[in-house]
Amino acid sequence: MVGGTGGGETITMSTHESAVHAADAHAAPQGFIRKWVFSLDHKVIGLQYFFLALVAVFVGMFLSLLMRIHLIWPTVALPFFGEMQPATYLSLLTMHGTIMVFFVLTTAPQGGFGNYFLPIQIGAPDMAFPVLNMLSFWTTFLGFIVLLAAFFVTGGAPLHGWTGYAPLSALRSMPGEELGADLWITSIAIFCLGALMGALNFITTTLDMRAKGMTMMRMPLTVWSWFITAILGLLAFGVLLSAGILLLMDRNLGTSFFVPLVTLNGQLTGHKGGSPLLWQHLFWFFGHPEVYIAILPAMGLCSQLLSVFSRKPIFGYKAMVYAMLSIGFLGFMVWGHHMFMSGMSPYTAFAFSIMTMGIGVPSAIKTFNWLGTIWRGRIRFHSPMLFAVGFVSLFVTGGISGPFLAQPVLDIYLHETYFVIAHFHLIMGVASIFGIFGATYYWFPKMFGKMMNETLAKLHFWLTFVGAYAIFMPMHYSGMAGQLRRYSQGTEVAWIKALTPIQVFISIAAFITIGSQFIFLFNLFWSMWKGKKASDNPWEATTLEWITATPPPHDNFGGRTPVVHNGPYEYSVPGAPKDFVMQTDPEIEPAH
Amino acid sequence: MGLMLLVVIWLITLVSTYIFIAKWWWLPVGASSAAAAIDHHFTVTFILMGVVFVAAQLALGYLVWSYRDRGSAPGKESYSHGNTKLEIVWTVLTTVLFVGMNLASSSIWASERFRQAEANAVHVEVTGMQFAWYFRYPGPDGKFGVTKPELEDASAGGEAALGMDPKDPASKDDVVSGVMVVPVNREIEVILRSHDVIHSFFVPQMRFKQDAVPGLAIHMHFTPIQTGEFEIACAELCGLGHYKMHGFVKVVSQEEFDKWLAAREAEKQ
Repeated sequence: MVGGTGGGETITMSTHESAVHAADAHAAPQGFIRKWVFSLDHKVIGLQYFFLALVAVFVGMFLSLLMRIHLIWPTVALPFFGEMQPATYLSLLTMHGTIMVFFVLTTAPQGGFGNYFLPIQIGAPDMAFPVLNMLSFWTTFLGFIVLLAAFFVTGGAPLHGWTGYAPLSALRSMPGEELGADLWITSIAIFCLGALMGALNFITTTLDMRAKGMTMMRMPLTVWSWFITAILGLLAFGVLLSAGILLLMDRNLGTSFFVPLVTLNGQLTGHKGGSPLLWQHLFWFFGHPEVYIAILPAMGLCSQLLSVFSRKPIFGYKAMVYAMLSIGFLGFMVWGHHMFMSGMSPYTAFAFSIMTMGIGVPSAIKTFNWLGTIWRGRIRFHSPMLFAVGFVSLFVTGGISGPFLAQPVLDIYLHETYFVIAHFHLIMGVASIFGIFGATYYWFPKMFGKMMNETLAKLHFWLTFVGAYAIFMPMHYSGMAGQLRRYSQGTEVAWIKALTPIQVFISIAAFITIGSQFIFLFNLFWSMWKGKKASDNPWEATTLEWITATPPPHDNFGGRTPVVHNGPYEYSVPGAPKDFVMQTDPEIEPAH
Repeated sequence: MGLMLLVVIWLITLVSTYIFIAKWWWLPVGASSAAAAIDHHFTVTFILMGVVFVAAQLALGYLVWSYRDRGSAPGKESYSHGNTKLEIVWTVLTTVLFVGMNLASSSIWASERFRQAEANAVHVEVTGMQFAWYFRYPGPDGKFGVTKPELEDASAGGEAALGMDPKDPASKDDVVSGVMVVPVNREIEVILRSHDVIHSFFVPQMRFKQDAVPGLAIHMHFTPIQTGEFEIACAELCGLGHYKMHGFVKVVSQEEFDKWLAAREAEKQ
């Protein structure tokens, strides 16, 4: 796949012709519905995913705001909620996690930017299967509606956390665990279907639709990251889908996949023989690769941005590709590190631990190479670059707590504490979100033909960067002091009560950081109408999306078919007329 | 802008590292035999990762400031696709660091979790249910009586909550308590069970945490080395009352423990 240009060339040639046919098959649609609603155009679908994630992220953020208010003022009466009960708090954390993981971190970087830019960056007129692409968006959209519906049904949203550990999630034991929990798991199953369709499309498109000369090793690292993410998605979401169906059966058809003989409120439940650990194995077999599904696109994008704005080739392109491949591969062998304290065999913990520490190696390679990329560069501090630098910083900070949690002997103490919350929010949440912000500021001119306001963008960066640290750094401290997650109140356990001052600090930091996201929202919509007109290549970047018009025409390249001669990161090439060489420019001397 | 990034990244790094090192917050003082080794390994990991954290952040801040665009023409040195030798060096270094750290801790894990409790360990059955912990001692016969789910009555508390079968002779001398009383400097074998959903038994000072899973009886052990009262909290989301599902481990001298147990036996008769 990687080598063998000879064979690859012929494949590219022949598929290229069929790709042209595919473009002819759906010429630019005219009506509003066909153009903007049930569109087959990967760019419109990418925007639909993007705006879905935008709505989702503000909903998810609003839920976290309510949680942060409740944690420091447990008795305050909120509009619509009144004085918050434990049930409400638990439903907020469940929905916050589910919305953020599925409908933001999986949806925006892959469904949004991947859909919009993968075909353009490889020189294709569209995705391989446009109808499937449309279906995968609308399936995901349906999943989101079903999830939100859980808030409005009798009993309200589920309370079992986004990980939905059985038997809690499998029994109709309390208000939120009735219809709300059925909707929750149904929504996740629907989401899995959408993600599977998307994954198939991404993989096929990357393998079959590349323009002439776009060998695998000339693909931008963004394309590599979307491609690897799609493979992870294909393998992971299928397992979650099956687990979800089994859970639905346990809840509604009286099966006992995940429920042993248990009593609830003094009553036998009628279940027997099931295994609560089976759910955890299935869930985390999806759940750990999911972390990489969220972060890999941000890694690819960040590599891209560091190279563009440092005006330097990426340091160790091949090492970056191999590092992403090994992260994806190892990502499937480490799920048990979520289960060190679950009652799973302690011998397996040893194996899972070694594998997990192993993932630290490619992650460290990536960090070294990012530093290597800016080293001796000529850095331009446009807003996308600020977010890329912020990403590296947050990735290091979030990553460094990993080796603590990966060692079962330290996990004995740290498991389920705020130390874990700090770890995964920084690396999977905030670092990925910085990738999404960077991507938005970087590609906005291409998507909307306007520039975003740079002053507001920089203000947004500083508040968010410092704010994210102010929220999540103290969680390491409270976690080390034993603060447990998913506690609706810290009033009952003495050592947790003593940590209230940290909670107050975190909440205040969260209020400010959440507030500053409205700067981004304002900038986004204001710039769409009032922004400065963007040129075709405002960042002087080399990849294919910058050779076409802004915004790109329906078939991406206006009837032309790009032919690629160069790698994706040819900046500051000695002797070249400009400090960047487009991928379609005549071939330069092989790089060393 | 480069200078501002340097200042902010360095400030965040140094301030947060200072708060760690000054131990404004830290793990509570350990009170079990395993705590010393676990804490030592925590400190080793903390120092190694701390060095990596500070070095990487300082380097990042320095590089973005140092290599900001100063308007000069690109030099020859800036066109580079990387360096294979360097790639190999840091791959090997990080592999040694991560795998080494892991191997260094595996013997502690093995002694905590691979080994069975010693023969003379004190046996305590710990049962979690929404939202309380119950502790059962086997009594002089050394055997736990049979429990039956259909006999469970959580509202009655005590033996009835555990569903103990009064017809089983082995349960005659079993003692059930709402507080976990254990002798100091003796190994305690904990047999963890749950009646309903997953709970997790967490005593920070003992450096002890283990999920209680319905359908499983999980055998674990720890040795308290300090007398005193230590709070237990549930560490796995178990429902509405999760935040208040707590209890106490009372570590006392062997004599006090014997006296306490004998008094509870006497109460039963």
